[in-house]
Amino acid sequence: MEIKSMRFKANAEASLANVVLQGNLKNAKGKFVTKRAEAIKEIDDFEGTRDAAAAIRNKVIDNLDLWLERFETRAQETGATVLWAKDGAEVCRLVTEIARKHGVTKVTKSKSMLSEEAGLNQALEAAGIQPVETDLGEYILQVDNNEPPSHIIAPAVHKSLDDVADLFHKVHGTPRKTEIPALTREAREVLRGHFLSAEMGLSGGNFLVAETGSVALVTNEGNGRMVTTMPKVHVVITGIEKVIPTLEDLSTLMRLLPRSATGQSISNYFSILTGVKKPEEHDGPEHLYFVLVDSGRADVVGGEFHEMLRCIRCGACMNHCPVYQTIGGHAYGWVYPGPMGSVLTPLYAGIENSIDLPHAATLCNQCGVVCPVKIPLPDLLRKLREKQTDAGLRPLTERIGLRVWAWVAQRPALYGLGARVGARYLKWLAGEDKSIRLLPTAPEWTRGRDFPAPQGKTFRELYAARQNSAKGSA
Amino acid sequence: MSSREDILGRVRAALHRNAGNAAVAREVMMAALANRTPGPQPAVACEPQALLERFRVKSEQASSTVEVVATDAEVPAAIAKYLAAMKLPTTAVVWASLVALDWAAAGLKVEARGARDADLVGITGCFCAVAETGTLMMTSSPDTPAAVSLLPETHIAVVRAARIVPYMEDAWNLARAALGSLPRAVNFISGPSRTGDIEQTIVLGAHGPYRVHLVIVED
Repeated sequence: MEIKSMRFKANAEASLANVVLQGNLKNAKGKFVTKRAEAIKEIDDFEGTRDAAAAIRNKVIDNLDLWLERFETRAQETGATVLWAKDGAEVCRLVTEIARKHGVTKVTKSKSMLSEEAGLNQALEAAGIQPVETDLGEYILQVDNNEPPSHIIAPAVHKSLDDVADLFHKVHGTPRKTEIPALTREAREVLRGHFLSAEMGLSGGNFLVAETGSVALVTNEGNGRMVTTMPKVHVVITGIEKVIPTLEDLSTLMRLLPRSATGQSISNYFSILTGVKKPEEHDGPEHLYFVLVDSGRADVVGGEFHEMLRCIRCGACMNHCPVYQTIGGHAYGWVYPGPMGSVLTPLYAGIENSIDLPHAATLCNQCGVVCPVKIPLPDLLRKLREKQTDAGLRPLTERIGLRVWAWVAQRPALYGLGARVGARYLKWLAGEDKSIRLLPTAPEWTRGRDFPAPQGKTFRELYAARQNSAKGSA
Repeated sequence: MSSREDILGRVRAALHRNAGNAAVAREVMMAALANRTPGPQPAVACEPQALLERFRVKSEQASSTVEVVATDAEVPAAIAKYLAAMKLPTTAVVWASLVALDWAAAGLKVEARGARDADLVGITGCFCAVAETGTLMMTSSPDTPAAVSLLPETHIAVVRAARIVPYMEDAWNLARAALGSLPRAVNFISGPSRTGDIEQTIVLGAHGPYRVHLVIVED
C-alpha cells in the first residue's frame, strides 16, 4: 500500500472538518470502549492473564529463529508448503506464482492486513486474477474504488448506513435498501457465489501454532471459514512474528483477543487449520501454503522496539486513543492506524516517511493500559521521537526552539524570569476572555481551538508561596 | 541467498545466535512445547449440572437457542418440532455419525454427505463443547464435514452433556487423547455467524448460518 503518512497534518485537518465522519466516529467510539470494559469483567485475573499473554509472546520473540524453524518443520509434516517473503513485492510474486500453478482465476480473501501492506490485490489484478474481499467491511471498501481501510477490525467504520446504502444501490444495481440486515443479506448473496467458484482462498493468520504447525483464524462472519473450506487452494499470508508455542497458549491469548478487539467473550468462529484434506474428505483445500513475511519485522527483533512484535492486532489501542477517536484511521496514511500504527508505520515503512505519526499522541497511556500484551506504546512513541531528533529529521524551527529552551532551562534564575514574563504576557494577551484566539508564536496551536491563558502566577511562584505558608503555620 | 536464509540470518544476527546459546534456547523451547499447564482461567463450576447450565447460558448469550432432551431417541422429534415452529424445511444434510437415528419417524428427510449451497438445514454433532464460553468444538473428518455447519442457513447441533468440558484447554486434551494429532480443521463455533461492519450494529447471518439450535442429550 502506498504510504501517505507524510500528509498526516493535512489529512487530520480534513477529517476534523468532515461532519459525516465526525458523526460516524462518535458513534463507533462508545461501542468499542463500553463492550470491552464489560467483557474483561468476566476474567477473574485480568492482569495475570495479560502478564501470561505477554510472557507467551516474549518466549517466542526472544528466540524467534528457533520457533520459526520449529513451526516450519511441523507445518511441512502436515503436508503444507512453507514459503518466505522478504517484502511486499515478494508476497505478490509468490502468491501470483501459486495462483498460476493451480490455474486460479479468482481468489476469495478473508481479511489480511499484510496483503494490504503488500498491495496484493493490485498485483493479482495486474496478473489477470480476480481478488474478492469477503469480510463485509473490506468488501464495502473494495467496491468503493478500493478505498483503504480505516480500522483493522472494522475497516469501514468511517462509513454510515446511508453511505453503504448508496454504494450497494450503485454497484449492485439493486433497489436502494435502508436496513442493515437487508444490506448484509445482499452482500451475502453476492459473495456466496464467489465463495463457491473461487479456486483459491487467501487468509491472514492470527497465530501460528508451533506445536501443531497450524494457523489459527479468528472471525465472526464465517468468511474465514469459507475461504479455508471451499476452494482447492488455501494460502496463509502472515508475519514472521505470529508464532506461539502451544494450544494452551492459544487458549490464553484467545481469552484476551476477542475481548480487547470487539468486546466478545469469544469470536463467533475460531478455526485451527492443520494440513490438507484427506482424499476421502468432503471439503477442505487440497493444497495449503504459508507465506511467512518479513517486511521489516526481522530488523525489529532484538532492538529497542522489539516489544512491538508482541502485538496481536486487536485494535484496542486505537479504539481507546483520543487522537484516533477524533480523526479516524485514514489520516494515519498507511495500513495500521492509531498508536499501533504510529509505531508500526515508522518501523516498517520508514521513520522518514511518517514524521508526524509518533507525535500524533498525547502520551496519555490509554493505549498502554488496554493493550492485552502490555506493549508500552507511549514509551515506544517517545523513543521514535528521540530517534527523529537524533537523525535530524525534525524541522529546523523546532530544533532551534528546543536548543534555546534547553539552554534557558539549565539556568534556573533566567528560566524563572522567562516563565514569569511569559505568563504575564499571555494573561495580558488573553485580556478579559481568559483564552487566546491566536498565539502569534505558534499559530498552529490556535487554528482549531482557543488557548487557555495562564492566570498570573507561575508554578514555581505558587510552589514557593505554598512552602512559605507551610513554614509559617508550622 | 534465499529469502528464508536472509530472514533467518538477520533474526539470528539480531539475537547474537551461536552454537552455545542455541542449545540452551532449544532446550527451553522443547520444555515450553511439552508444557501443558494452562494459563490463568476464569472460575467455572465443574459439577455436571453446573457445566450444562453454564454452557446453556453462554450459548444463549451468543444468540443460540438451546433445548435439553433425555436420550438420543428423542433427538429427531425435538429437531422436527423446532423446524416446524420456525417454519423451516424438513429436509436436512446430516453428519454420517447421526444418520442412524430414526429421522423418518419424526417426518424428516436427511442425507449424510458433504454440504451443498442449496442445503437449508445442516445437522451435526460436535467433538465436545466448552462451558466457559458456550462454544462447540467441531473436528473435521470424512464423517464430520466442516461445511455442514457453515453453508446452510440453519445449523442444528447435537451435544452430549457428558462431552461438555469447562475450558478450551480440556478440549485440547480430549483431542490429543482421541485423535493424536489435530484434524485438518478444528472449528470452534459460538452462535450464528454475525457482522458489525455497518455502523457497529450486530446482524446475525453474515456468511454462515442465521441461527444455531443446540439439542443437548443428557444420557
